[in-house]
Amino acid sequence: MKKSVILGVATVAGLAAGAATAGTVDDVKARGKLNCGVTTGLVGFAAPDANGEWKGFDVAVCRAVAAAVLGDASAVEFVPTTGKTRFTALASGEIDMLARNTTWTFSRDVDLKFEFVGVNYYDGQGFMVPKALGVSSAKELDGATVCIQTGTTTELNLADFFRSNNISYEPVPIETNAEAQQQYLAGACDVYTTDASGLAATRATFEDPSAHVLLPEIISKEPLGPLVRHGDHEWGDVVRWTLNALISAEELGVTSANIDEMAAGTNNPEVNRLLGTEGTLGEMLGLDADWAMKAIKSGGNYGEVFAQNIGEETPIGLARGLNAQWTDGGLLYSPPFR
Amino acid sequence: MADQTTNPIAFVAEGTIPPSPPPANQTGVVKWLRENLFSGVTNTILTVLSILLIYVLLKNTLPWILNGVWNADSLAQCREILDGKTGACFAVLTERWHQLIYGFKYPAEAYWRPNLAFVLMLVALAPVLFFDLPRKLLVFTALYPFIAFWLIWGGSILVPIVALLGFVAAGVVFQKLGRNSFAAGFFGAIVVALIVWNIGGALIPEGANEGAMLTAVPSRDLGGFMLNMMLGLTCVSLSVPLGIALALGRQSSMPLIKWVCVIFIEFIRGVPLITLLFVASVMLAYFFPPDSTVDLFLRVVIMITMFSAAYIAEVIRGGLAALPRGQYEAADSLGLDYPQAMRLIILPQALKISIPGIVNVAVGLFKDTTLVSVISMFDLVGMIRGPILASTEWNGVYWELLGFAALLFFVVCYGISQYSQWLERRLATDHR
Repeated sequence: MKKSVILGVATVAGLAAGAATAGTVDDVKARGKLNCGVTTGLVGFAAPDANGEWKGFDVAVCRAVAAAVLGDASAVEFVPTTGKTRFTALASGEIDMLARNTTWTFSRDVDLKFEFVGVNYYDGQGFMVPKALGVSSAKELDGATVCIQTGTTTELNLADFFRSNNISYEPVPIETNAEAQQQYLAGACDVYTTDASGLAATRATFEDPSAHVLLPEIISKEPLGPLVRHGDHEWGDVVRWTLNALISAEELGVTSANIDEMAAGTNNPEVNRLLGTEGTLGEMLGLDADWAMKAIKSGGNYGEVFAQNIGEETPIGLARGLNAQWTDGGLLYSPPFR
Repeated sequence: MADQTTNPIAFVAEGTIPPSPPPANQTGVVKWLRENLFSGVTNTILTVLSILLIYVLLKNTLPWILNGVWNADSLAQCREILDGKTGACFAVLTERWHQLIYGFKYPAEAYWRPNLAFVLMLVALAPVLFFDLPRKLLVFTALYPFIAFWLIWGGSILVPIVALLGFVAAGVVFQKLGRNSFAAGFFGAIVVALIVWNIGGALIPEGANEGAMLTAVPSRDLGGFMLNMMLGLTCVSLSVPLGIALALGRQSSMPLIKWVCVIFIEFIRGVPLITLLFVASVMLAYFFPPDSTVDLFLRVVIMITMFSAAYIAEVIRGGLAALPRGQYEAADSLGLDYPQAMRLIILPQALKISIPGIVNVAVGLFKDTTLVSVISMFDLVGMIRGPILASTEWNGVYWELLGFAALLFFVVCYGISQYSQWLERRLATDHR
């Protein structure tokens, strides 16, 4: 501690200017560890388990990138960030990338000078109602009391939705998700609205989840994805194509079970290019030829990661919906590996 | 008269009558009840209402506590075991207790280190808190910060030794130079300490932390109630001396010192603690190059210490102001110089008056350490709000976890409060 103070003070002057210019890929390789910003805890997306191991859907992206760059999915230093500290942590270089269910918006991309490399989860604001209410569509909610977190975009989305459908509602302002659960269960409001993934996770904790339904309407777009700093395009490419590799692997039928078999060579040239047996894609990124293979092996392809952490088999029980492959009617569409 | 001789006295008491028991309603439980609970119509009504309230409270909470499930893997399993009955799911405490106490990243095989540091803390605190104990124990108290640092953070033992040497050298220089001039001693001590630390820091080999006797644990891996205790203890023990210095500085007749202290106190008191913490965690990162920042724990300690020092300074200023002018004049008339007057006459009385205020600040400070959870440090509350409630197994368990946290904090804060009351009684030399 004392030493780091002295060192810190001594190096401030010397390093302040030079540090920002070195490439993040080289930094990560030299350090032997990826600093990945995650949330301090969100069910299914990122949370440490009883042994202190980070698990979750966003965590899997970090691990895949670490595996692609360093060949080791456990070479990740997870840096927990709150909604307030996440952007400064990334901008100041404390973390190399942020995978923290962050919505891709214009101002974050352009004004805050970040680069969203893709979308790993398409979320949107939804509604949850008790089944006993007998409502099957949000448009039947005329005059309902709605529990809503104050000061969020969800509040504005809600007002827009009800106004454009010309129906009335009564907001019950609440502060946190925990408070919302208690209020909703106590019957202080008929409807609870927040991101659909959050609703599903909340419902999963109820004593009787089947007594509550999620309405089909999704009233906002919340594309969540990993992001990096502006200006370091090599690093941005690495993260972007690692995410694309996971998505493509599902589309091409490469799973963690059959990947070794497929790596021996297949008839599908795109699979071969992806897994590095053909072409020089890895070299172009400045990584090993089998970078994508290591990334996929770290936790499986996109579909496997989804199923393990938030899919229908888990207590959270999210359906693929918009997050299905484009071939299955979803929005996941990775550019080709060519 | 004749009657008296013919009729001898019919009865003469030959012994004392055994005391008869007091009337049933004037003794024992009944009397106590009558006097304390049912002494009037209003009080009777209040008593009955209170009993009803307690009954309702217990009726609702006791089954919840007694039916509690202590062994389960998840909330869902808890509910399965309870099968519709009311009951708490204490299983979350049995499964995650180590995370609540030590944080989720502190290496499990090293739990004995903070435990030992805790036990040693009690030993080190004893001579400070209870001054009837032999004064020689204070040597251990002085060594304790370095021992505790080494135990908790691990790594090379050279780091705490160099730090200790710096303080020792500073102390020696102060003794030598300070005899003639306080300022020379003070600044000489700072210079010498910095020289020792720099030379020592350079001498510690680069890879000293590898293969050290105790594995090094970075500050980021600290967490749980351990972090609250560490922050609370460090900040209170640093902020009391700093607060005394600030309070004296504010009363100083030297304008420079006076105004520095006034501005510091007023500025820090005018800013919310949470803002200071954000500055510590977020803003400072912009001023340092990546990879060479000041340790986050140290940054937080500095901010909380400054915050509570400003409050303690004002409490002590109140104590100083409460002393009659005559005490200052008495010190002057005895020919004592300023340090002697302060040390022997003014401060012992002023601090005694300030005890309740200082304890108040200390208790508040200890609870304020939970605010570090907003800058993503996993203290007890941070662990609960973050990792544990966000795990798929335990999402939705609120009462048990927060109740446990409340219990831990209550035990410590009540202990502090009891100690301060004992201290006040012990120091009471006046006759009120």
